[in-house]
Amino acid sequence: MANLVEIRDLRVAFDGVPVLHGIDLDVRPGEALGLVGESGCGKSVTWLAALGLLPSKAKVSGTVTLGETDLSGAPQAKLEKVRGGRIAMIFQDPSSALNPVLKVGRQLCEALRLHRGLTGNDARREALRLMDMVGIPDARGRFSLYPHEFSGGQCQRLMIAMALAGEPDLLIADEPTTALDATIQAQILDLLARLRAEMNMAIVFISHDLGAVAQVCERVCVMYAGRIVEQGAVGLLFERPRHPYTRGLFDAIPRLHGPRTPLVPIPGTVPDPRNLPKGCAFQPRCAHARGFCQSERPDLLAQKDGRKLACAFPLPEGSEEVEREVRREGMLQ
Amino acid sequence: MIRFVSLRLLRALVTILAVMTFAFVVLRMSGDPAEVLLGPDVPQNVIDAFRKQWGLDAPLWQQYLSYLGAIFSGDFGLSMRDRSPAIDLVMERIPATLQLTIPALLLKLGIGIPAGIYAALHRDSALDRGVIFLAILGFTIPSFVMGLVLVLIFAVTLGVLPSGGIGTWQHAILPAITISIGGIGILARFSRSAMIEVLGQPYIRTASAKGVKWRDVVRGHALPNAAVPIVTIVGFMVGSLIAGAVVVETIFSWPGIGRLLIVSVSNRDLAVVQCILLLIAAVMVVSNLVVDLLYGWLDPRLRAQPAH
Ligand SMILES: Nc1ncnc2c1ncn2[C@@H]1O[C@H](COP(=O)(O)OP(=O)(O)OP(=O)(O)O)[C@@H](O)[C@H]1O
Ligand SMILES: [Mg+2]
Repeated sequence: MANLVEIRDLRVAFDGVPVLHGIDLDVRPGEALGLVGESGCGKSVTWLAALGLLPSKAKVSGTVTLGETDLSGAPQAKLEKVRGGRIAMIFQDPSSALNPVLKVGRQLCEALRLHRGLTGNDARREALRLMDMVGIPDARGRFSLYPHEFSGGQCQRLMIAMALAGEPDLLIADEPTTALDATIQAQILDLLARLRAEMNMAIVFISHDLGAVAQVCERVCVMYAGRIVEQGAVGLLFERPRHPYTRGLFDAIPRLHGPRTPLVPIPGTVPDPRNLPKGCAFQPRCAHARGFCQSERPDLLAQKDGRKLACAFPLPEGSEEVEREVRREGMLQ
Repeated sequence: MIRFVSLRLLRALVTILAVMTFAFVVLRMSGDPAEVLLGPDVPQNVIDAFRKQWGLDAPLWQQYLSYLGAIFSGDFGLSMRDRSPAIDLVMERIPATLQLTIPALLLKLGIGIPAGIYAALHRDSALDRGVIFLAILGFTIPSFVMGLVLVLIFAVTLGVLPSGGIGTWQHAILPAITISIGGIGILARFSRSAMIEVLGQPYIRTASAKGVKWRDVVRGHALPNAAVPIVTIVGFMVGSLIAGAVVVETIFSWPGIGRLLIVSVSNRDLAVVQCILLLIAAVMVVSNLVVDLLYGWLDPRLRAQPAH
C-alpha cells in the first residue's frame, strides 16, 4: 500500500546548528507509529518542520510528501489546507494549547469552518457531536465556556475534538499525555486508540512513555540526537532491541509484565546539538562502543527481520532472552 | 461581580481621600499664602486679618475637617486671588487642556500600538530595530526639550506653525505632538513586547496547526490576548488626560489646567490647587477602575477571581 506521508532526508538547523540530520520516515495509511527518544532528540521538530510550523529562523531542507502533494516549500495557502485538514496535531500541555480568551465552542467551530465549510448552527451541531465523541460531559452546557473552566484532561479531549474537526488522515499526537496524571493518561490513550479505529486515521504518537507506545502503536521509531537509530514493529523492538540505545530506553522503564529487572538509567546525558561527538552520537554513553564507533557513523540499514538499525556492533539477536535468563538465575542464587 | 465592583469603588474612594489629605497637609506646611499673596512688608495686623478671613488661623485639624465638610457638600472653596469659586476656575480650563491631550492620546494609540505590533510581527528586521530605536528616543527625550526642538524647526525655521498660544487648530499641533511622543514610544515598546510574548504561546501554534491563516491567527488569536496588558498602559494614559500637559502647556503658553496649577501653586492659592489635585486624582482613579473592569471583559480568567 502506498505511504500516506513520506519524509526524505529532512534536515533542520536553528541558527546554523543542525538538530535534525536527515530523517527518512514513512507513515502508512491508518497505522499507528510511535516516535520515541530522550528529550531534545528532535521528535517534535520533525513534525513541526513537516507542517511548516517552525519559526522562520529554522532552516529546513528535504522533502515531505503527503499522497500526491509535496509539502516541502509549498505555498502557505496549500499548507494551511493540509494543517488540520489532512494532518492534525495535538500538543503536550493541553491547558496552554487552547486560546484562553476564546470560548472553546468558537475554537472548535473555527476548525469546522476552515476545513468543512460549516458555519452557524451546522457548525455548532457538529462541534457538539465532536465534544460528545471525545467524552466531554454536558457538551451543550459547556460549549460557551472558556478553556480555564476545563480540567487538563478535558482540554486535551477538546484539542483532540478540534483535531478531528477536519477529518484528518493523520493525527500527530506530540506527547499528548505527558502533562496529565496517570488515570487520565490511560483514558486519553484509550480515546486515541478508539478514534483511530473509528475514523480510520493514522496516528504518529510521540512519547517518552514506552508503555503507552506499546499500547497504542504497531510500529516504533527510536530517535537519538536528530537521527533515527532503530525502527521496526513494536513487538520486535520491545522484545529484542538491537541498538544499545533502544535497549537502554527499555531498561530505564519499570516493566509492568514479566520479571522485575532492576532499572538501569542510560549513563550520561543527551549531547548538545552544537557539540555532537564524532562518529556515532551515542558512542560516549554506549557500553558496547569500540574504536570504530568513535570515528565512523553507522548508516540506518534494513535488517533481515524487517527492522532498520544504525549500529555497527548491535546486540545479538535474541540477546534479551539470554540476558534475562542470566539475570533471573543470578537473582535466584 | 457586585462584590468586585464595590471593592474597587471603595478602594478608589480611599485613594482619592488619601490624595486630598496629602495635598491639604503639604500645601499648608510648605508656605504661607498670606505672605505670598500680600507681598512682603505688609503690617502684621493685615496679615492676621487675612488669615482670619480664610480660616488659616484655626488649628490644622479644624481646617481639614471644615475642608472635608465643604467638599462633601459640593463646595470647593474660593480662589484667594479673585474670590471666584475654585471649581469654576478649574472647569473653564478643562476644555483647553483636553484640546491638547485628547488628540495626543489618539496619536499615541494610533501610532504607538500599530508600530509595536508591526515590529513584533517582523521581529529582528530592520524596521523592528528602527521602531525600537525611535521608541527609546521618544520616551527618553524630555518633553520640554522635544517641545523646544519642534518650535525651532516648525515655528522658527520653517515658520509654518505658531510657536505658542491658543487660537486656531494649528496652534494645537505642536503641543499635541510634543505631548504624544513619549507615549507613542512607551506604547510601541509595550505593544511590541506584549505581542512577542503572546506569539510565543502554545495556543498560537495550535491555531496555525489547525490551518488558520497567519493573518487571522494574528487578528483572531494573538491580538485579543495582547490587548490585556496593552489596556493597562492605555488606562494610565487616559488617567493623565488632565495632568499630562503641565510642562507642555507652560512651554506653549497654553491656558489649560497645567498652567493654572503652576500659577496657583506659586501663589499658594490653596483652594484652586486642591481642586485641581482632586480632579487629577479622580480622573486617574476612574480610569483605573475602568481598566479593572475591562480586564474582566478581555480576559475571562480574571472574571471568576475574587477581588483582593
Ligand atoms: N524554536 C527553536 N529554536 C531553537 N532550537 C530549537 C527550537 N525548537 C527546538 N529546538 C532544538 O531542537 C532540538 C530538538 O528539539 P525537539 O523539540 O524536537 O525535541 P523533542 O525530541 O521533541 O524533545 P521533547 O521530548 O523534550 O519534546 C533540541 O535540541 C532543541 O533545543
Ligand atoms: Mg517535543
